[in-house]
Amino acid sequence: MARPVGARSTHRRPPPTKLRGTRGLIGWLFVVPALAFYAVFVLRPIALTFQYSLYKWDGIGPSTWVGPANYGKVFTDPDLFDSLINAFQLIVFFSAIPVVLGLAIAATIRRIAASRLALVARTVLFLPQVIPLVAAGIAWSWLLASTGVINQFLSLLGLGTVTRAWLGDFSTALPAVGMIGAWVLLGLCTLLLLAGMSKIDPALYEAARLDGAGAWREFISITVLSLRQEIAVCVTVTVIAALASFDIVYISTQGGPGNTTMVPGLQIYYLAFSEREIGTASALAVVLMFLVIACALPIQWFTKDGNR
Amino acid sequence: MITAWREAWTGRLLLVGMMAVTVLPFLSLFVTALHPSGTYPPGLAWPSNPQWGNFLRAFEAANMDELLISSVLIVLGVVPISILLGTMAGFAIGHLRVIGSRALFLTFVLGLTLPFEGIITPLYYQIRDMGLLNTRWAIILPLIGLFMPFSVFWMRAHFINMPEELSESARMDGANVWQLFRRIHVPLAMPAISSLGILLFLWTWNQFLLAIVLVDDPTKRTMSGALGAFQGQWGTDIPLLCAGSLLILAPTLAIFLIFQRHFVKALLQGSLKG
Repeated sequence: MARPVGARSTHRRPPPTKLRGTRGLIGWLFVVPALAFYAVFVLRPIALTFQYSLYKWDGIGPSTWVGPANYGKVFTDPDLFDSLINAFQLIVFFSAIPVVLGLAIAATIRRIAASRLALVARTVLFLPQVIPLVAAGIAWSWLLASTGVINQFLSLLGLGTVTRAWLGDFSTALPAVGMIGAWVLLGLCTLLLLAGMSKIDPALYEAARLDGAGAWREFISITVLSLRQEIAVCVTVTVIAALASFDIVYISTQGGPGNTTMVPGLQIYYLAFSEREIGTASALAVVLMFLVIACALPIQWFTKDGNR
Repeated sequence: MITAWREAWTGRLLLVGMMAVTVLPFLSLFVTALHPSGTYPPGLAWPSNPQWGNFLRAFEAANMDELLISSVLIVLGVVPISILLGTMAGFAIGHLRVIGSRALFLTFVLGLTLPFEGIITPLYYQIRDMGLLNTRWAIILPLIGLFMPFSVFWMRAHFINMPEELSESARMDGANVWQLFRRIHVPLAMPAISSLGILLFLWTWNQFLLAIVLVDDPTKRTMSGALGAFQGQWGTDIPLLCAGSLLILAPTLAIFLIFQRHFVKALLQGSLKG
């Protein structure tokens, strides 16, 4: 915390008229404190994660160099590899549902955008974004429990046969976790898309109507195309949320039953802090970081190339 | 006309349905919290004898007063410094265009999508070696670093649109760089700064992973991390757990409802730029 204070005092000294200096040393003094925190608490740990991933280490004793063996383990050990597969399956729930459903809902809402109901909805739909994911996890664990509200509804609808402890069942645990994520992200996507729709020129729709385009055609060729950028943002945010999910899974299933809801983030946590396999945990962490960047970058580029 | 009318009503119905789904978990928490502690209430059922005392018991069981203070301390440690450093760096990169600002910017952007799990292991050993494990600094210091990419990215986006003439005229009047920054640019950047503040507050308050890995004592964690511990301790007493969860999410909810317009705006912009 001493850093910004120190930086401040040095800024008073330089002569006021020198313009060129601000691009050099003086300007850099503004960046150095931020860079220092970033280097110590982000860049250094990233580098160390790479380094750890090449060793076998229990966190206490001496470490031994094993080269890429830990990476081999990530892709061959079914427990580790399955966590990656699970993360990709979560994308369906975290991304596809909020984006597709969000588009449909936003398009419908847009027609009544001015009403008081729409204003209230803006606030209510945002609630899941504001609360801790942990609280969302706890609330949904209870909703999805064998005596929870979901099963109560299903029984009311005469579907008593399908009721179960959704988060405890091998076949439904992962989709159930996915639904929690969809609940958290649906409101955000809806509002993002809605905000984007308000920027679309209404003349486009009139022109389409004159050309005799149907509602579906209009939706695809005007709404969806104009919202490319917003859709890309929704997809990026939600894909990252799926790949890097931790809080919800930790609270609702702890990765179980069996390994059916294990995700890389949770696996790293267990490997590093319970099983003391720092090397393997780090190799998985490196893979996760690359996956996130590999998924986020193309989507961003795609948006930048869009002509808006 | 009839189709327009029907469209409007489908829209309303859909909206109400979605709001119901959004609110359902909160409703369920609330109703369950009112049942006698230790019971397994079936779904959504109003209790015959609402136990309002559960909230008081959960408040005491969770040490809510200590948790609130702890979370506030952590927020006070993280948010002002992150804003100050992020704004300064954003100013230098976006407006002063320091030598190498492109490379600097790219370096920061590199961390924009970094999942915290990716660096949590070395971070643990680093914090341990610094002797900070189990203190609030273990959450505060790394979070400042982890929030830097977004803070710099966000503030740069603001400063890059500030006209050069603004600074020229201030310099004519004899202002040095710090004065230029403090007197001219910070006041103009207030909307961007306050949105950033809202986002950083929320992300700090809800931070979970760092809290459970780096701090064992729940009363030194963030609210979210403490809730994790609370679940571990009281997970079998469902009504008490629900009451505790509601209490722990109440502060963010209250602040959100007070500043909702700023929140919605900040979060929408935040995800657009992020």
